[in-house]
Amino acid sequence: MSGLLALVARDVRIAWASGGIVNALAFFLLVTILFPFAVGPDTALLARIGGGVIWAAALLAALMPVERLIGPDAESGVLDQMSVRGFSMAAVATAKIAAHWLGFGPPLMVATVLAAGLLGLPAETLAAVELGLLIGTPGLAALAVATSALVTGLRGAGAVAGLVMLPLAVPLLIFGAGSIEGGVQAVKLLGAVSLVLLAGAPFVAGAAMRGSLE
Amino acid sequence: MTPVFAFRDVACLRGGRMLFEHVSFAVAPGGAVLVSGPNGVGKSSLIRIAAGLLRPADGAVTVPPHRALMAEAAALDAARPLGAALHFWATLDPAPASATERVAKALDAVGLATIAAVPVRLLSTGQRRRAALARVVASGAPLWLLDEPGNGLDVASVGLLEALIATHRAAGGAVAVATHLPIALPDAMPVVLG
Repeated sequence: MSGLLALVARDVRIAWASGGIVNALAFFLLVTILFPFAVGPDTALLARIGGGVIWAAALLAALMPVERLIGPDAESGVLDQMSVRGFSMAAVATAKIAAHWLGFGPPLMVATVLAAGLLGLPAETLAAVELGLLIGTPGLAALAVATSALVTGLRGAGAVAGLVMLPLAVPLLIFGAGSIEGGVQAVKLLGAVSLVLLAGAPFVAGAAMRGSLE
Repeated sequence: MTPVFAFRDVACLRGGRMLFEHVSFAVAPGGAVLVSGPNGVGKSSLIRIAAGLLRPADGAVTVPPHRALMAEAAALDAARPLGAALHFWATLDPAPASATERVAKALDAVGLATIAAVPVRLLSTGQRRRAALARVVASGAPLWLLDEPGNGLDVASVGLLEALIATHRAAGGAVAVATHLPIALPDAMPVVLG
């Protein structure tokens, strides 16, 4: 267990040091800034679509680090060394999901405050978006790690990752954006989708990583 | 004495091709296995089977639960200082001495103690190989699995490698070395593939 915590700490440190976290946040803010340019400075319209814009931007930003979540560790022999030390690949995947969420979820929620200001969202909409992100981002992190494990070793892994991940993230987007106005039922469904992804991803990622060892 | 490390009738199938079959040996504490043979004959695969990374197509493998692997990839984080990168792995290895102490000793043993603060990405090929060797030394594992440990090492460093293996064996450790370069392993059990 302490070994997995060491792995989580290592992954978070690498994500910060490599600038991956800052890049994803900058990309997230850029996408949210694009919308006012595209649809015009209509305050009422922006306030109405702003929550959905933030969710779509969060989804796109979640794609950015996918290539470096598993691939570099498979190449540099880190997965081999974890396996030799008796860690199952599903356990390693769980640690990677936790580390990815720590480096992605909370910073994204902070950046969302900024994005809400840029889009002129009312305070209650911002609160609903933040609650949705708190529930949805763990599922998004799980999906990102599983996708990363699946595309490891492929040529042009980044492009394939988008094609694999975005369709599977659609339920999160529907219930996440839906929870802004849908009330408690939509929040429950968002939680259910997030939990399904969290429960399944370690095994999918673990099996894919196990395959990449051979 | 009961063997700590044994293969019984092990076969390895890779990409639909049988690389080797009926490989058997048994090593007691302090023993060594020297795997040799031409390129592509399955030396690395044999080491990976011993490490538990590959499943043998047939046969039985006996290994201690704790073992150390040195393969082509060093598995050290490029941006971190050498000492810190080794410390990460040392904390994951179950050994009585503290991780800090084991890393310091291992760095000393491979002659890299003076560059412990240098980031791994700045190391030369030979230094990187010695760093990977330090990771194995610091593990305190009873079985070392070394895949081409002599690659990238100069003559003096190969002597260092041989001395470290001898020390490990004198303390009751076992070692398996797959190599195409001559490495002195007194009384090693030869396993010639191909």
